[in-house]
Amino acid sequence: MEYTLIIILLPLAMFLLLGLAGGRLAPRTAGLLGTAAMAAATAAAYTAAWEYFTQPRTGGVFPAVVPFDTVWLRFTQTLHIDLGILLDPISVMMLVVITTVSLMVHIYSFGYMKGERGFQRYYAFLALFSASMLGLVVAPNIFQMYIFWELVGVSSYLLIGFYYTKPAAVAASKKAFIVTRFADLGFLLGILTLSYWTGSFGFDVLCDPQAPAVASAAGRTFLGGSVLAWGLALCFVGGAGKSAMFPLHIWLPDAMEGPTPVSALIHAATMVVAGVFLVARLFPLYAAYAPGVLTGIACVGAFTALYAAAVATVQTDIKRVLAFSTISQIGFMMAGLGVSGMGGHAGTGYVGAMFHLFTHAMFKALLFLCAGAIIHTVHSNEMGAMGGLWRRLPLTHAAFLVACLAIAGIPFFSGFFSKDEILAACFAYSPAMGWFMSGVAALTAFYMFRLYYNIFWGRPAANLAEMHEAPAAMTVPLVILASITCVAGFIPFGEFVSSDGLPYRIVLDGGVAATSVVLALAGIGLATWFYADGRQRIPDGLAAALPRLHRAAANRFYIDNAWLFVTRRIIFDRVSAPLAWFDRHAIDGALDALARGAQGLSFVIRKFQSGNVQEYALVFLLGVLVITALAVFI
Amino acid sequence: MDITLQSLVFLFMAAVMVVFSILTVTTRRILRAATYLLIVLFCTAGIYFQLNYAFLGSVQLLIYAGGITVLYVFSILLTSVQGSKGDRLGRGKFFAGLCATLAGLALCLFITLKNRFLAVGSLPGELDVKEIGYSLLSSDKYGYVLPFEAISLLLLACIVGGIMIARKR
Amino acid sequence: MEIRMEYYLVLSTIMMFAGIYGFFTRRNLLAMLISVELILNSADINFAVFNRFLFPGELEGFFFAMFAIGISAAETAVAIAIIINVYRNIRNIQVRNLKELKF
Repeated sequence: MEYTLIIILLPLAMFLLLGLAGGRLAPRTAGLLGTAAMAAATAAAYTAAWEYFTQPRTGGVFPAVVPFDTVWLRFTQTLHIDLGILLDPISVMMLVVITTVSLMVHIYSFGYMKGERGFQRYYAFLALFSASMLGLVVAPNIFQMYIFWELVGVSSYLLIGFYYTKPAAVAASKKAFIVTRFADLGFLLGILTLSYWTGSFGFDVLCDPQAPAVASAAGRTFLGGSVLAWGLALCFVGGAGKSAMFPLHIWLPDAMEGPTPVSALIHAATMVVAGVFLVARLFPLYAAYAPGVLTGIACVGAFTALYAAAVATVQTDIKRVLAFSTISQIGFMMAGLGVSGMGGHAGTGYVGAMFHLFTHAMFKALLFLCAGAIIHTVHSNEMGAMGGLWRRLPLTHAAFLVACLAIAGIPFFSGFFSKDEILAACFAYSPAMGWFMSGVAALTAFYMFRLYYNIFWGRPAANLAEMHEAPAAMTVPLVILASITCVAGFIPFGEFVSSDGLPYRIVLDGGVAATSVVLALAGIGLATWFYADGRQRIPDGLAAALPRLHRAAANRFYIDNAWLFVTRRIIFDRVSAPLAWFDRHAIDGALDALARGAQGLSFVIRKFQSGNVQEYALVFLLGVLVITALAVFI
Repeated sequence: MDITLQSLVFLFMAAVMVVFSILTVTTRRILRAATYLLIVLFCTAGIYFQLNYAFLGSVQLLIYAGGITVLYVFSILLTSVQGSKGDRLGRGKFFAGLCATLAGLALCLFITLKNRFLAVGSLPGELDVKEIGYSLLSSDKYGYVLPFEAISLLLLACIVGGIMIARKR
Repeated sequence: MEIRMEYYLVLSTIMMFAGIYGFFTRRNLLAMLISVELILNSADINFAVFNRFLFPGELEGFFFAMFAIGISAAETAVAIAIIINVYRNIRNIQVRNLKELKF
């Protein structure tokens, strides 16, 4: 299956081509080239997935395939950085997700970005992102993963700051880069810890709890935990940064300053789930050696899910609602992984998280693309400018409704199946966790339908007559993704992906399913009661009744302000400013003093170089006299 | 203490040389300086005569007194600017020069007078010109034909150089 | 009174330092050149005196003095040529005004 290499190399080549020569190509040509390359990569990924999942199982599991691997940097006999491709169930699944969403976004951008300045640059960055993200998921060793991890960070930075003349976009891109980079420090430390104690970067060792190197590393303790647990916890910090877990989530809402298709690709479907993918990749180790860390992951995921859902209920910018919804859904996945165990029924959470990753990528990309179609015609992100759009944008309306039903967990849409798995795992873990997550799911249904009603129903927008359906380049991806969203739930996902690789039959737990459906319907009903008529009497009344809560939620519970306080007041003022002062005055000052001293001395010495022969002769005579006197008297 | 004629003449010439050397460098008029220099050079020639180096003395008279001084006088006349007596020297530089000179003088006199020279008691008579001529043009061990030729070349080069520098472009 | 060698040497030393003093303090190029002549002259006297009193049978000092006279003549000729050239260019031969090569 060596051809899998081209899945990565094609977008990379396209990035180089469009990046270097894009300015000479017509925008249309550049877009077509990029889309064609992505389509070829998608076809290759589908073929690979078909071949991989139709191969015979050995010992009940699909064996990992390494079609390509080359040693790049060799430190010791066992510790070397490789560049290669590792195919196993989750990486193949991710290949399919990434190529599908990326292709949809490539096509969609034709309509959305039409006539924008830097169209070719945009496609070059999209190709760079796709190549990096694909390289990340197929990495056979943790260091290659880290390299591509940083590359997706860079391309995310480039794409968020695509409208680089807009100060908000520039600030958002910097924020995203710095926050994730800060978290990546934890990831790097985790990598170094893991690889130092196990002597290997490769996932063949790092994912095998029985490997002697791993077992010996687990035996060493540091500050009350094994070094392995510390390394895994640090890796999770990196994953939390990329996946916008509380309290490192602050970059994601701001990242919505980028073009909407980019938000769909990077900040909803692919890059933000890299953290989930990382935890899933190292899951055997987490389950075997760091159950405490898993508990922490579950708590962080659950809290993030609630927090983001709560904030999403009061946001008025539709992309920000979707951004917080993304954070919340990733919290679901993290919680699913956190409550999961290894193998069989205990691994339900793992299957659910992976399944939810898959379905969420599809319906959240669909939501963002719909939002793009809406913004495209409304020219605003604010709900206030929308309302009653269903008549003018019937296709977008249908797609959006499908995605909303999916995310709310209405039966037979994809989100229902995957979310149900996670909820079942949570109930199995502890009833409290289960009820907590079910509540968040209800909240999800509520805020999604609040969004839906505010956009498509309610008070009609002022210039409704001018609004129109998006061009075909944009609606076709919507239709495709909506179809996937409708049917994806029936994929026997557990057959392909499970914690131990053995086929796992997903069974719907009737009680859990009924609870979640009832809660989801309750959420939808509440949203209908609140928002469907467009007068918003009840929500306004609630906001007036609980002003502090409403203000806090609208301000995202002041987490951004807390970070600002930490960075500005504490780090900048208390640490950086004194250091800068020291650098400027003590270190620079010392060097300046040296320079000034040398300069002053030169000015003094320069006087001797008067050009007057008589003075030279006088000095010469004095020298002769001194030497003579020395010779005579000493 | 017998004062011979010779010592009288020496004392006289020495006094004249000291006085006029100092006058040469202290007078403010350049033409007078040249004249005082001429007197010093004459007395130097006298010293050579007294040392029984009559030939050297006559060379001194011919070249220095007759040639160089005339050259000086001409160039002074050529370059003197009406009413220019040279600008006054700064007090600091004047004292610096004076002090350095006096210090050097003291040091050199100290060295000279402290040293015990192994002087030969009696002075031989007049140096024969014939002997000088033979030595000057001989290439033997004590012959000076090589420096003689070298200095002739040097003089030639100086003539050419002087013309090159001074000619009008 | 015997005329001792030191008398000549003291005489030439005084002359030499008179020349040095003149070289330091005169502001006129020709005056400086005259001072240099004094220095050379005192050196000539020393050569002749050393030859006469310390090595009466030989002629090194004698010839050195003679050649020095010739060289000083050549030096004077070239120096005066330069001075006249300077004068032609700036109409002046005061040292103060020769500052083209100063910093």
